[in-house]
Amino acid sequence: MTTATPAQRLLTRSQRTALTVGVAGALASIVGAFFNPDQFFRSYLIALLFWLGIALGSLGLLMIYHLVGGTWGFILRRILEAATLTLPLLALVWLPLALGYQHIYPWATAGALAGAEAAHRRTYLSFPFWFGRAVAYWLIWSVIAYVLNRLSRLQDQAATPVPTARLVRLSPPGLILLVLTVSFAWIDWVMSLEPDWYSTIFGFIALVGHGMAALCFALIVVLLLIDREPFATLLGDKPSRLNDLGNLLLTFVMLWAYTSFSQFLIIWYGNLQRETVWYRHRMAGAWEYVALALIVLHFFVPFLLLLSRSIKRRPQILLGLAAGLLLMHLIDIWWQVLPAFHPTGLSLHWQDIVAPIALGGLWLAASLWLIQRRPLLAQRDPHAPQLVAYAGAEPAT
Amino acid sequence: MIAQSQLYGLMAEWDNPDDLLYAAQQASTEGFRHMDAYTPFPVEGLPEAVGCRPTRLPFLVLCGGLFGGVGGFFMQYYANVHAYPLNVGGRPFNSWPAFVPITFELTILCAALTAVFGMLIANGLPMPYHPVFNAPHFERASRNRFFLCIEATDPHFDRSKTRQFLENLRPQSVSEVPC
Repeated sequence: MTTATPAQRLLTRSQRTALTVGVAGALASIVGAFFNPDQFFRSYLIALLFWLGIALGSLGLLMIYHLVGGTWGFILRRILEAATLTLPLLALVWLPLALGYQHIYPWATAGALAGAEAAHRRTYLSFPFWFGRAVAYWLIWSVIAYVLNRLSRLQDQAATPVPTARLVRLSPPGLILLVLTVSFAWIDWVMSLEPDWYSTIFGFIALVGHGMAALCFALIVVLLLIDREPFATLLGDKPSRLNDLGNLLLTFVMLWAYTSFSQFLIIWYGNLQRETVWYRHRMAGAWEYVALALIVLHFFVPFLLLLSRSIKRRPQILLGLAAGLLLMHLIDIWWQVLPAFHPTGLSLHWQDIVAPIALGGLWLAASLWLIQRRPLLAQRDPHAPQLVAYAGAEPAT
Repeated sequence: MIAQSQLYGLMAEWDNPDDLLYAAQQASTEGFRHMDAYTPFPVEGLPEAVGCRPTRLPFLVLCGGLFGGVGGFFMQYYANVHAYPLNVGGRPFNSWPAFVPITFELTILCAALTAVFGMLIANGLPMPYHPVFNAPHFERASRNRFFLCIEATDPHFDRSKTRQFLENLRPQSVSEVPC
């Protein structure tokens, strides 16, 4: 092991802080679990959805990168790869949720889905089937993450184009699998919180949110390291690369608004009791202010700011925007999940805040540790820009 | 030899973008301002080197987009609320969620049209004649040659000194471009 570079020192320090915060938060959550197990599992679900979203979004961004290339992906690649490697760990984190599913899902109580028209839903939302599907999702996600990272390592080591070609060939089926599994997972874990309601675009909205969250996470890591090698060379005098990353963020902000509004418009226009109920729970009892905040701060403000070229080229502002959007993404999850438990009015338990922080600390510690396992830039990436020779580059071993 | 008054500028060519970029930066340091570069593909840093200033076009496009958005919304608002109010399934006349898609589309349409036509007008296109095409084998600017033209209107322009300056940058060739 050579001496730590400045980038590694910052990563190690952040990893330690994250671990401390994570352990402290986890202890608080466990105390909370004894007083209010219902609340514990609900907050746990929110925490899992948020951090799992980042890992899944990273999976999607990576496969898109292997398909289309581009310097943006070369910059973010290692951070995204590290995030995807947390998926098997997140599967373990999910297991307690499966044990406590009765605390969360209304369909778990006998007689919840009564009536002839709910017959199919009774089968679909029976525990064994629900659990079996979840096992399949976790397996598929972990295998995709493993294959992508394995081929990436081979690409680094070998001088043959074989791993690169495999990455290109496996990414399209991987993306199709990802869209399908994430859609079904979000139907199973989020939409079924109100089992009488359904929307076909729901999974895709979630997926767009994941992509945005993953991009924000990777951007934050890169922008915090921007004064240190290798990112100082890669981004320092190349504001156009920051511009590209800002445009990518703008795309996700717009796509999120586009898909979210599509769902709202169709349900609003259809005006059917069984469909509008989801929005009625989320537009009453002060939840409407949260919805308004989402429209303004998750769309209009970042959208208008990111239109400006000079803003996209300022690392500090871009960093603030990415952090702000990540927070808005958490609020989006609160707004989607919490009204299912509190349809009459706004309610935010302390555990809803502590649980995402606790899991976040642990997840970040794991991701930052994984980031440091490998050089911060890919060694033989065909999409690498020409200037990869930077001070402190480690020769491929 | 063409007369000084009929000279558009001096054109130098290189066979790679890096030499051109270096040359453009040198010319800029030397004090030349009236110059332009011609390349088969965008070269990073070149616009800054030849002194391209940000244009007003982004602002015009923003105005076009706002015009389209506001106009699109009020077109629907006026039709549905004032001109021909119609009760559709008990919805309010001002059914703003239903107006959003058309508002959005018109925003994009007007912004895009402003961008295209604004760009054409600002560029002075279509332009049937331009002196740079008088330079020998200038058509290779769209294939594999990288050109830099220092124009005769530049205050620092001096036929022999500028030629000497360009020659020192080791181009493939330097030629005079008649108007």
